[in-house]
Amino acid sequence: MIRTTALTKRYGKVTAVEDLDLHVAEGDRFGFLGPNGSGKTTTVRMLLGLVLPTSGRVGLFGSSICRDSLAQIGSLVEGPAFIGHLSGRANLRLSDAAGPRGSRSSRRRRIEDALEQVGLSGVDRRPVKAYSLGMRQRLGLASALLRRPRLLVLDEPTNGLDPQGIREVRDLLLKLNAEGTTLFLSSHLLSEVEALCSRIAVLDRGRMVLQDDLSAFRRPTGLIEVRTPDLYQAEQLLGKRVEGTAPDGLLLVRHDDPAQLNVQLVRNDIRVVTLRPRLRSLEAAVLAATGNGSDRLAGAKDPR
Amino acid sequence: MIGVELRKLVRRPRTWVSIALLAALPTLVAVFLAVSDVAPRPGTGPAFLSAVLDNGALFPAAALAIVLPLFLPVAVAVVAGDAIAGEAQDGTLRYLLIRPVGRTHLLVAKLISVMAYTLLAVLVVSGVAYVVGTQLFGSGPLPSVSGTELSTGAATLRTVLAVLYVGWSMLGVAAVALFLSTLTDSPLAAALGAIALLVTSGVLVALEAAAVVQPYLPTRYWLAFVDLFRDPVLTRDLLRGTALQAVYIAVFLGAAWANFTTKDITS
Repeated sequence: MIRTTALTKRYGKVTAVEDLDLHVAEGDRFGFLGPNGSGKTTTVRMLLGLVLPTSGRVGLFGSSICRDSLAQIGSLVEGPAFIGHLSGRANLRLSDAAGPRGSRSSRRRRIEDALEQVGLSGVDRRPVKAYSLGMRQRLGLASALLRRPRLLVLDEPTNGLDPQGIREVRDLLLKLNAEGTTLFLSSHLLSEVEALCSRIAVLDRGRMVLQDDLSAFRRPTGLIEVRTPDLYQAEQLLGKRVEGTAPDGLLLVRHDDPAQLNVQLVRNDIRVVTLRPRLRSLEAAVLAATGNGSDRLAGAKDPR
Repeated sequence: MIGVELRKLVRRPRTWVSIALLAALPTLVAVFLAVSDVAPRPGTGPAFLSAVLDNGALFPAAALAIVLPLFLPVAVAVVAGDAIAGEAQDGTLRYLLIRPVGRTHLLVAKLISVMAYTLLAVLVVSGVAYVVGTQLFGSGPLPSVSGTELSTGAATLRTVLAVLYVGWSMLGVAAVALFLSTLTDSPLAAALGAIALLVTSGVLVALEAAAVVQPYLPTRYWLAFVDLFRDPVLTRDLLRGTALQAVYIAVFLGAAWANFTTKDITS
């Protein structure tokens, strides 16, 4: 769906994005992570033809950026934007009439469908400037969904939504993905990407530092967390396998097989409250791969 | 896209407020004239104004001469300066281009919308002025500036030509403002830039020492539409003005196109 080769953007002497090879396959839920100022937005803008690359190229649906390929993309870039004195429906009508492939006969139905999907079907005629942040975000999503796109490129889609709204949007995106829409999600919120995405790329200072399946990031660490009231007995039994303890009854045990460990503990009359393998967190993987965000301007020397 | 831009223009309150204000100024002048019955002496004040007391049918031309030096170009500069920069400031420009609307296509649609606004403004001003003029001063056969009488057909034709000439002159302003609008993300800066150019030009036109550059100044031939009401029509300044504006329009629209189609949209 998206394939960039050696994509580079320089603004004068500043290199915003360097040598980026991005690959998003059909049906992916692709998470694009990176600290602030790492070049995420510039990349998204290059994918959508807003910013022209200095070198390298962008492929969309197997061809280059063109009218036809852009028409199959729904997007949300750096927050939604509307004509403030018109209503949400009027905005969607104008937006739909502006581009190609917006057939007039199906317009009303598509607008109502999109509003329904984002939970705004009951919205009245008040102008968009009177909308709350969350309503604008929903309307922005509706605008992206208007053409029933094959690919959704979303920048911080849950910005400004309450927990309930975040949940709704997440469910909506998962449902669309299940129906065949490819998702490209750019965010600096690890939790959001972790909850939604199947593949992840991490950008740092304009360079890609990681690109892999989420499961590869979250591989087991070989440690098992055991919570037990019989802390002392457990330590006695397991001996050197114990890597650490916490005062609230948590034991970190190096062991390859959680099931086997459980049997061993229970046979020795040690009560187990919970037992689970500790996975490497996405956060740890990302932090290990990236430096500080560019909005942190401490005087320290560049660690690289 | 052109239809969308026109719909946006029509549904924008600013469009109607500014046109109402444009029409209000000549009306105000007419009311003062009618109440005081004191016309400017011939040869002073805005063109035609000295004659309207005798014949209200001349007031549309007088009204155009009243709004032309400042009010109309400011309105056009504001609307044209807002065309791209306003969308950029509101953040709607990126969504239009992603939709996708071709950049050249968008620029053409914006230009047509600005032209529609200009024409609408000129027509409303002349229309309101005609009604106000004939009501307050009564109407008679339209005399030319040179003193001879014009037939109704000839007078109408000349008024239409005057409206077109003023519209063409304003298109020059629109081209400059549209170019500046593609340079900046601030509609205010674009409009002020265009207005600054016009003020500079206005000052130089009045300055005898600047005679060398005067034939090339954008505002130099604006008031030449008055010549349309002479008998016979004095075409020299009209033709020069038309040609000069054509150059301004071509150069600045070309620059706007070249800049906008190769620009990184970061708004």
